[in-house]
Amino acid sequence: MQARKKYVLLGLCMCCWLLLYYWGGLQERLLGLITHKRGEVARPWPSWLDRDLLPGYADQAELQNDGGSGDSPRQRRQSWAGIYKDSRCRMDTCFDFARCQGQSGFRVYIYPPEKGERVSESYHKILTSVVESRYYTSDPREACLFVLGIDTLDRDQLSTQFVPNVDERIRGYPLWNDGRNHVIFNLYSGTWPNYTEDLGFNVGQAILAKASLNTEHFRPGFDISIPLFSKEHPQKGGERGWLVRNTVPPRRKYLLMFKGKRYLTGIGSDTRNALHHIHNGKDIVSLTTCRHGKDWEKHKDTRCDHDNQEYERFDYQELLHNSTFCLVPRGRRLGSFRFLESLQAACIPVLLSNGWELPFSDVIQWNQAVIEGDERLLLQVPSTVRAVGIDRVLALRQRTQMLWEAYFSSVDKIVLTTLEIIKDRVYSHISRNKFMWNALPGGLLVLPEYSTHLAHYPFYYLNLGISPGQEFTAVIHATSPLVSQSQPIMKLLQVVSKSKYCSQIIILWNSEKPPPHRSKWPPMPVPLIITDGRRKTSSRFLPHAAIETEAVLSLDEDTVLLTSEIDFAFHVWRSFPERIVGYPPRSHFWDPVKKAWGYTSKWTNEYSIVLTGAAFYHRYYHHLFSHYLPSSLRVLVDRTSNCEDILMNFLVSSVTNLPPIKVAQRKQYKEMPTLQVSFCPSIESGTKTAPWVNPEHFTQRQECVSTFASWFGYMPLVHSQFRLDPVLFKDHVSVLRKRYKDLERV
Amino acid sequence: MCASVKYGSRGPALIPRMKTKHRIYYITLFSVVLLGLIATGMFQFWPHSIESSAEWSLDRRSVHDAPLVRIPMSSPIPERGDLSCRMHTCFDVYRCGYNPKNKIKVYIYPLQRFVDEVGVPISSTGLSREYNDLLSAISDSDFYTDDVTRACLFIPSTDVLNQNSLRIRETAQALAMLPRWDKGMNHLLFNMLPGGPPDYNTALDVPRDRALLAGGGFSTWTYRQGYDVSIPVYSPLSAEVDLPERQPGPRRYFILSSQTAIHREYRVELERLKEENGEALLLLDKCSNLSQGLASVRKRCYKGQVYDYPQILQESSFCVVLRGARLGQATLSDVLQAGCVPVIMADSYILPFSEVLDWKRASVVIPEEKLPEMYTILKSIPHRQVEEMQRQARWFWEAYFSSMKAIGMTTLQIINDRIYPYAARTYEEWNNPSVVKWSSVNSPLFLPLIPPRSPGFTAVVLTYDRIESLFRVITEISKVSSLAKLLVVWNNQNKSPPEESLWPKVTVPLKVVRTKENKLSNRFFPFDEIETEAVLAIDDDIIMLTSDELQFGYEVWREFPDRLVGYPGRLHLWDHEMGKWKYESEWTNEVSMVLTGAAFYHKYFNYLYTYKMPGDIKNWVDAHMNCEDIAMNFLVANITGKAPIKVTPRKKFKCPECTAIDGLSLDQTHMVERSECINKFASVFGTMPLKVVEHRADPVLYKDDFPEKLKSFPNIGSL
Repeated sequence: MQARKKYVLLGLCMCCWLLLYYWGGLQERLLGLITHKRGEVARPWPSWLDRDLLPGYADQAELQNDGGSGDSPRQRRQSWAGIYKDSRCRMDTCFDFARCQGQSGFRVYIYPPEKGERVSESYHKILTSVVESRYYTSDPREACLFVLGIDTLDRDQLSTQFVPNVDERIRGYPLWNDGRNHVIFNLYSGTWPNYTEDLGFNVGQAILAKASLNTEHFRPGFDISIPLFSKEHPQKGGERGWLVRNTVPPRRKYLLMFKGKRYLTGIGSDTRNALHHIHNGKDIVSLTTCRHGKDWEKHKDTRCDHDNQEYERFDYQELLHNSTFCLVPRGRRLGSFRFLESLQAACIPVLLSNGWELPFSDVIQWNQAVIEGDERLLLQVPSTVRAVGIDRVLALRQRTQMLWEAYFSSVDKIVLTTLEIIKDRVYSHISRNKFMWNALPGGLLVLPEYSTHLAHYPFYYLNLGISPGQEFTAVIHATSPLVSQSQPIMKLLQVVSKSKYCSQIIILWNSEKPPPHRSKWPPMPVPLIITDGRRKTSSRFLPHAAIETEAVLSLDEDTVLLTSEIDFAFHVWRSFPERIVGYPPRSHFWDPVKKAWGYTSKWTNEYSIVLTGAAFYHRYYHHLFSHYLPSSLRVLVDRTSNCEDILMNFLVSSVTNLPPIKVAQRKQYKEMPTLQVSFCPSIESGTKTAPWVNPEHFTQRQECVSTFASWFGYMPLVHSQFRLDPVLFKDHVSVLRKRYKDLERV
Repeated sequence: MCASVKYGSRGPALIPRMKTKHRIYYITLFSVVLLGLIATGMFQFWPHSIESSAEWSLDRRSVHDAPLVRIPMSSPIPERGDLSCRMHTCFDVYRCGYNPKNKIKVYIYPLQRFVDEVGVPISSTGLSREYNDLLSAISDSDFYTDDVTRACLFIPSTDVLNQNSLRIRETAQALAMLPRWDKGMNHLLFNMLPGGPPDYNTALDVPRDRALLAGGGFSTWTYRQGYDVSIPVYSPLSAEVDLPERQPGPRRYFILSSQTAIHREYRVELERLKEENGEALLLLDKCSNLSQGLASVRKRCYKGQVYDYPQILQESSFCVVLRGARLGQATLSDVLQAGCVPVIMADSYILPFSEVLDWKRASVVIPEEKLPEMYTILKSIPHRQVEEMQRQARWFWEAYFSSMKAIGMTTLQIINDRIYPYAARTYEEWNNPSVVKWSSVNSPLFLPLIPPRSPGFTAVVLTYDRIESLFRVITEISKVSSLAKLLVVWNNQNKSPPEESLWPKVTVPLKVVRTKENKLSNRFFPFDEIETEAVLAIDDDIIMLTSDELQFGYEVWREFPDRLVGYPGRLHLWDHEMGKWKYESEWTNEVSMVLTGAAFYHKYFNYLYTYKMPGDIKNWVDAHMNCEDIAMNFLVANITGKAPIKVTPRKKFKCPECTAIDGLSLDQTHMVERSECINKFASVFGTMPLKVVEHRADPVLYKDDFPEKLKSFPNIGSL
């Protein structure tokens, strides 16, 4: 008994002690859990006692000597070309750069079509885009890049558009050279049931521009992934994105949608077969149908009937418009039409296509525009997209539109992007950086030959946190010979040079007579440069090397302006450096009778053009005008000595998607004599001696608008209803308070 | 244990019946136990003692105490790396799972010392200082987990940074022996010096199954894009030498070559360039007269003249980084640290972190073949761009090259971005130096859109009790053709809004929202009732605006949907005497704010104002019952970088009711308060975001000599 008591008591004490010990320990753990310190406290990588004594991973001398200098670099480069061929092609080993170093630069040649050769609609569009691009050449000797005349878009042997015997034919081409410097476009490869990446012929060292490329077969830095597009895809211009407003909150009726085929068997069926699991009939609509192909009923399963019924209840277009996210799962191949469709519809694509090398992945940062899902994690997709915040939805959605309009809305853009990517590789030290490719207005409108420096462009000031320069260059277009000191141009020179923001004046001499001697010009407080325009109207927008400032003030010789008008307009331009800021407005309109675009110089309540006879803009537009636009349009301008200002407005509006800006001016430009004149549509306002009294001048301008619109493929001009005036313009306050009082003098 | 507790409850009752002898004995025993308990308790609850004890047992150890593991000869060897591996084929995402923080969990294997059967270690150096730094950094980071079952990524503690110090076969066997190896799935190896003589492979030669490789010196043929991570070759000089950042700008030399192991062929070409261009180039080499060792590492010579390395790098605009036997060069790190623009000539080299870093903005990559043209190519780069590149180069070094920690964290972040792509860091976050991040703006409404005229705008009228004036405002606004809805925010809790029948009859829906508190910020609440993008904020005393003016304001807003478009304009000025900002409402030639007593803006800004207003501004405004409009102007200007648009000429905006009490002194205190607001907000924002402009928007034909009846907006500016 005694012993028992003793043990009991001892046991009791032990228990208490243990309890206390464990309780204490537990509390400490709880504490750790609450403060999230558990991981660190529990078992971090130890801080070794002797960590200062640890040896370096490499001796510094070893690092600097780097195991000697290796073999002869020249030999190594030569041997590479032998080793890294075909599936291991890279630009270094499979591309002949020497072909592109000639005088003509980057030129693309297309093999002439063979007799009786039929080319699919899509391939025809691709070839047309190349021919109309500024890189096309008909001379294979000056070509840097070659495009086949054989249609290689559809390499599915079961397809009606399949072209047989490609291998033999290309081997017969004397320029083939195992595909070096060739680009092969392809949309469909392989066939039922595996849809492999095989094209059915040996592409050798040719660059593949292919849709649905797999990352494993993709030769990085060499091949180019292009989007899958339908044969209805427009040649140029192209529809704009569907986003017209940024609603807040940005969520649409449905959160996530899919409507498409469910493959019962074969490749791609794993993913498509599972899609119905996430359907909840409320905010997530994932509809599949078994109905496709000839013998679907053979493989039919228990779900099919129910699914097919549900499938008919929703309209695909309606879902596209009303969903925040759109599922883009792989089909038989990795890419699908759905991708471009949802991009255009501003329905943020949620990709379920493992191993797909996304279109133009070399240059486009896709994670800013799409949600890259994983086929293996389909069931996580709903919670993933639900967790995307409103700011991110807004940003993703706007980016889909930006990318769609910059690179995908037409075949032209897809082909040009492909060519520009290759060109950037060829001239790598004069190429666009990733930022240029991914910021507005997109890489195609950024010509790296102009500059590789971001601050030299009108688009990036805000992103870089800087503002445009404080000075401008005036470019005066002079067409009449200098006969008297009282000519309008003399007055203009005085007025412009008085502006404190003017850093230089360039006179573009476009007269029949040779330019007068320096001494004939009045002395100027700023440098005066005379250049010969060779009597071409388009020369006023040549990228003159002499222009050193970002802002250009383009002037006609007979423009009447005040210094304060110039100063005010320049201030406005600094707020809108990507637009044209000018004085006299004009407008375009759609003529429903003629079914054509019209041009008017009437005084209207809105305008879409400001004349470049007096306007500020960024000097980069000179470069775009001369190098981005096709020579055919510039020839038209030179032949008619007209429309250069309309063309410039087209160009700038197509870049910015915004109207130009009209600013206040003292009296009407070129002294409109009466209202009647300006009302009469057949006569451009002006004095009697000017060319625009000529009715033909006005008809030409009408035609120009149509011609330009057809080249752009759409009407880029946008209307605006306001003009910008000085803050106190015509206000009832003492003129002494007003900075731009001269503007109000009659 | 439960059982003994039950016994224990009866325990105390037993004691009195015991014998005295025993009692003393028990009491002694009891006291001893009690003392013991107290001591234990003290020990338990004294936090310091626990930590120090934990540290003692875990940390205060030597590397040599790590357990020794013998690798049997026959131990399996992993397969060579599979070149076709990609995240979706060789990586197990299920381990990472969905997690709200979008952060992967990384496990580090405990340190083991592997030796072969005869006891020779697998590595000549064992754990290196750099690898230890890397692992400690990871274990201190948010990525780390000690729970092997929750880990998504595994990092072996076997140091493979330098292949030269490794025994390939045995290292591979050691890796395969790791308990969770599983064909290398989700394992990450760090290697900086791959390959060995004579042909120097560009990736680590150790067979590693499916393990990811963070390697320095990948070539395009060994790099598995989207799977491996290209990392820099760490330069130990980074830690030794402190090179202060230099202002970007022209330097003494144009091009500098500092590498000592340049191939003869290239040295000949560089010397030819030097002959042609003279002083602009500086070609340095080893110092022949110095003894080997540390001194030689820090010196460079040219024709007997000795230069300090890496300090000399700061004296040049461009610095040559040529490939050696390997593609990755530690020199690159030194060059970036010096803020010198690297001229990288290493064909097929995958630049460090090229998956996320835009090297075109920090370096010039020239094909080796074009070395003779280097000078011409570099000369063609504009000065301003060179300066930007210098700044960018230095930023890359600071953020991604400067320490093993930076390298490790960047690598993990890149892998993290792949696994949670929807939460990935953006281009700007990766590439913009903090100076640029601070000054640049990325507007949330960046797409240039001109929204269609329909469905119009929602007018939000904030009111307290001025019913008569409110009704007049409502009647006036309802004449505007694009008005879609009227929302009256009833801010008076003591009084109910008038009965429905008393309200003016309007054609658009009219909705009254009663608020819980009389707060100014209520007017900027993103009410669900606002279904349009455009909001017209209007005070209940603004009766002087004509419907033409309002409609025109809406049209202008459509062209500037990301700005505040309003009627009365205001200005902020710097008061030089007081050394602070001043509010100005006089007739000025400039505008930097528009009052939200009558202004159009995007509903998104309501959301920003309510949920994303920096600092305590929102509460401050509510407490002071003032300056909500200034706060809105700050917010919009800060996020868009753009000035507001003032529309139409100036009108007298004083309401007739207030003129009676309008005294000079009241006006002055008002101005002082408003100035205070500007100073307060500028300090919260850390900058002055407001932009000053000299323009306002008028209809195209405003005051033009043109028949009034043909003008779209004839009734503008009339008093």
